Amino acid sequence: MPGSSGMTTRTRTTGLGKSELRPDGIPKVRGEFAFSSDLWMDAMLWGHTLRSPHVSARIRSVDLRPALAIPGVRAAIAASDVPGRPTFGLEVADQPVFASDVVRYHGEPIAAVAADHPETARLAARAVLVEYELVEPVVDAEVALRSDPLHPDGNLFRHVRIRHGDPGIVGDVVVEGTYEVGMQDQAFLGPESGLAVPGEDGGVDLYIATQWLHVDRDQIAASLGLPASLVRLHLAGVGGAFGGREDVSLQIHLCLLALRCGRPVKMVYSREESFFGHVHRHPAKMWYRHHADYAGNLVKVEARLVLDGGAYLSSSNAVVSNAACFAPGPYRVANATIDAYAVRTNNPPCGAMRGFGSVQVCYGHEAQMDKLAAALHVDPVDLRLRNALRRYDRMITGQVLTGVVPVREVIEAAVGLPMPSGRCLEDPALSLPGGAGLSADVSDVSRGVGVAVSFKNIAYSEGFDDYASARVRLESDDSANVTATVFIATAEVGQGFVTLAGQIIAEELGPFGVVLAQANTSDVGSAGSSSASRQTWMSGGALMLACAAVRHILSERAASELDEPAAAVAYDTGELRSTVSGRRVTAAELLISGPIDVEEVYHHRPTMALDADGQGDAHLSLMFAAHRAVVDVDRGLGLVKVVQVSTGQDVGRALNPLAVTGQIEGGIAQGIGLAVMEEIILDEGRVRNASFTDYLIPTSLDMPDVLATLIEQPEPEAPFGAKGVGEPPTISSGPAVLAAIRAATGLELTRAPVRPEHIALSDGIHTVSDPSEDRSSMLAGDNAGL
Amino acid sequence: MALAVPSTLDEAIDAVAGAPDAQLLAGGTDFCVQVSFGLRRPTGVVSLRRVDDLRGWSADSDTITIGASTTYTAMIEQLTGLLPALAGAARSVGSPQIRNMGTLGGNVATASPAGDTLPVLLGLDARVGLAGTTGRRSVALHDLVTGPKRTSMLPGEIIVDVTTRRPRGPQHFLKVGTRNAMVISIASAAVGIDPEAETVSCALGSVGPVPLRAPQAEAFAASEIDWAAMTASDSALARFGSLAASEASPIDDHRSSAAYRRAAVAVIAERGLRRCLRDAG
Repeated sequence: MPGSSGMTTRTRTTGLGKSELRPDGIPKVRGEFAFSSDLWMDAMLWGHTLRSPHVSARIRSVDLRPALAIPGVRAAIAASDVPGRPTFGLEVADQPVFASDVVRYHGEPIAAVAADHPETARLAARAVLVEYELVEPVVDAEVALRSDPLHPDGNLFRHVRIRHGDPGIVGDVVVEGTYEVGMQDQAFLGPESGLAVPGEDGGVDLYIATQWLHVDRDQIAASLGLPASLVRLHLAGVGGAFGGREDVSLQIHLCLLALRCGRPVKMVYSREESFFGHVHRHPAKMWYRHHADYAGNLVKVEARLVLDGGAYLSSSNAVVSNAACFAPGPYRVANATIDAYAVRTNNPPCGAMRGFGSVQVCYGHEAQMDKLAAALHVDPVDLRLRNALRRYDRMITGQVLTGVVPVREVIEAAVGLPMPSGRCLEDPALSLPGGAGLSADVSDVSRGVGVAVSFKNIAYSEGFDDYASARVRLESDDSANVTATVFIATAEVGQGFVTLAGQIIAEELGPFGVVLAQANTSDVGSAGSSSASRQTWMSGGALMLACAAVRHILSERAASELDEPAAAVAYDTGELRSTVSGRRVTAAELLISGPIDVEEVYHHRPTMALDADGQGDAHLSLMFAAHRAVVDVDRGLGLVKVVQVSTGQDVGRALNPLAVTGQIEGGIAQGIGLAVMEEIILDEGRVRNASFTDYLIPTSLDMPDVLATLIEQPEPEAPFGAKGVGEPPTISSGPAVLAAIRAATGLELTRAPVRPEHIALSDGIHTVSDPSEDRSSMLAGDNAGL
Repeated sequence: MALAVPSTLDEAIDAVAGAPDAQLLAGGTDFCVQVSFGLRRPTGVVSLRRVDDLRGWSADSDTITIGASTTYTAMIEQLTGLLPALAGAARSVGSPQIRNMGTLGGNVATASPAGDTLPVLLGLDARVGLAGTTGRRSVALHDLVTGPKRTSMLPGEIIVDVTTRRPRGPQHFLKVGTRNAMVISIASAAVGIDPEAETVSCALGSVGPVPLRAPQAEAFAASEIDWAAMTASDSALARFGSLAASEASPIDDHRSSAAYRRAAVAVIAERGLRRCLRDAG
């Protein structure tokens, strides 16, 4: 089976709470892990996609014949070759598999070809003749709201309106600001790739790096015009995802080509094509007005949030809902007026990315909290602590927070960690802003400290039927070795569920061998998406239920074997023991009569839709985090070095502390990337930097020291008490960096990412506070003032 | 695609003469990227990797000659003492893997306005040694680089080495990019002083179609420095930076704006001269 080596992992692990190592860790470091781009089958063909060089155009004609005339080309397909539904989409199928009459964004797929050699395929795609009639693009979301529809579904994806409390109330102190966040890319290292293999039954097997096998399958099947049972997906090695693999990219194209040619077809995007092949983080423009009383209590938050969703819907509806619900940040406020819009434009489509709507608003609400602190002449940390949400407080959606809400604890932890003591790199000059460019001397640098706090939902919200399935097969061999085989469709995208699955088996069943079968759509039901920090809770919950079902069957078999009532049989790490007679029987003995094979489905508590005023219990549970950033800024050149980020993070319970630390460090890298460098640069909708030469992500010289304190307060509803941990590090780390740059420079800096010229070419001091007033001591370790 | 792997310079010249469309391959850090991006489809390649005549370096009392195949890593490891600014420029290039492969000759031949070693070489009045079927010649770097990624090299010519004057005082290379490593420069400056001749050199990168000298700034600084004390007034240093900035001709692109590039030149030129005076003082 292509690419299956390395996908089935065998482990024997300890239980929960231990820093168990990843079974795929060493193979990945040694270059031995098979990623989706390593898939191979003899006699396979290579696919390539033709994409629009234009941002907005009408398509007059598509002529595939010049491509087909090239020797070695086996198929060339376009919109008219899609036998089933011509469109796809996560929420609404509004995006064409191939553009047929209209191009709505730069890089939209027009056609695809398959050839004997990847080079031939590339040339053939270029040979397809397309006649375009250019149309003026609409690239500004505010303009799009007033423009003619760019799509039959219109330009307003969704308006989320929240009216909470008294809209007319006015605070003693009012601060206002407008903030902007640029378009971030997930920049995963493994480009989109897959291998489609036509089946003898008219179906197709697709080996693919994705975040959600079953939802891909359903979208593919619809466009192929096949029943879902004939479309079988298998997870291939995923080289990072971060939300960018939630949407279909090459899946349908590959399956169409394979079925057309009757041969396996492989496709791998180049780095450049990858930037066109997946959705990005929504750019946002955000207006905020915060009201507080003289004591520093928040009175009202008003916001107008405009998210540019690009050409197609993707998950914009859910992203904009998050932006609205979390617009004030994790603070108690009785009155809120929020209008959040997700808008269609001719920019590249935007959808899911780590932090999902919370990241953008965090830049706004945290800048506002600092402004408010300055206006009130109070310490910004004190202001946050005073207003921090507590358990049983209400969100602005009216939802009462029934889970653990350790906002105070995460803030105190983040600011309580030690400040950096000095420069500790081997070569101190490299640790200054500008790094290897050696552009600064110590005397050119000023230091600043900033704090930011955030929250976000776990799992899917607003009444979505969110569930995960898990199947466990327990069997014994002739030597009485018991093996638990786990069938679960959870996409391992780096988060470490492959490690956790073994730990859960060890915890719930005992010291058995564990085999984690390759995730697919055939052997087990959907696990839902590896998104929204939900798999530890959801797939973990499903596996917990499956283990309980296995124990139950073992107990029944033991009761029969021991001839005692099932109620008298207790499960004890792989053995069953009668509480009446004390007699024991091992799991291995109980499996002689045959293996146990059970599948269970875990649903989280149902959530509700938001009503017309944006009120409702829309969310399952929330995760909280605080970050303190220490930065050095070269004011003359506007260059920044993030020296340290310390964080307190609410994790419920750390089931694998090492894996949690990995999520925190990686998430902070992605968070500070957005703060100081990461942005898709658009020129009238055209992507200007589709490469790792020009789309910059942090290197080791950009990465700060990270200190973390995990706040472990078990979440009552969560399986094992564990909250998700993947997203919070990415949310408030960047806003903390921006706050620190403001503190170092005295500049207002309302846009992320901060560009060097925003600092260096700024003509003066714009902040509302007095920059000579050094607040950094209050943000440092000794928070005596708290 | 035909691949030739000569082991002497003469073989290399013959290989190129026999395949006029062939692409010369040294470290491949520019060329291979262009191939994989589909921007070039070479019909032939002449690899210079095994040509020993292009390796190594030598120094006499007045000049330093560096073989074209010298990698960035070799410059860092072997030339930090003699040419610290060149070693600094080499250290600012790419990642360790890139520095292990990329060569000085390749940086010159690519002739990118952002080529990191070029301002350093230009500041040291470098001359480029070329070899072809008609023999050898030496061309000033200033004359070799004629435009963005354009040179006056003749068809079939190979870069053999680069010869700089031996610095008689400090030289500093400063590079500005929006990341702390592995970044293409959006402005760079190589500033040096010669206390014996009482002259200043200031060469700029990424702020014009080619790396360029700032002669007005150089002359101004030379006249303002107190060469006995190795000092200059703050206002003179600032004016030196402004003059250098005014001699740059930067553009707006997706990496930065012309306004920022010009401002950055003023800052790094001034800082470079301060460092030189501090070192010499």
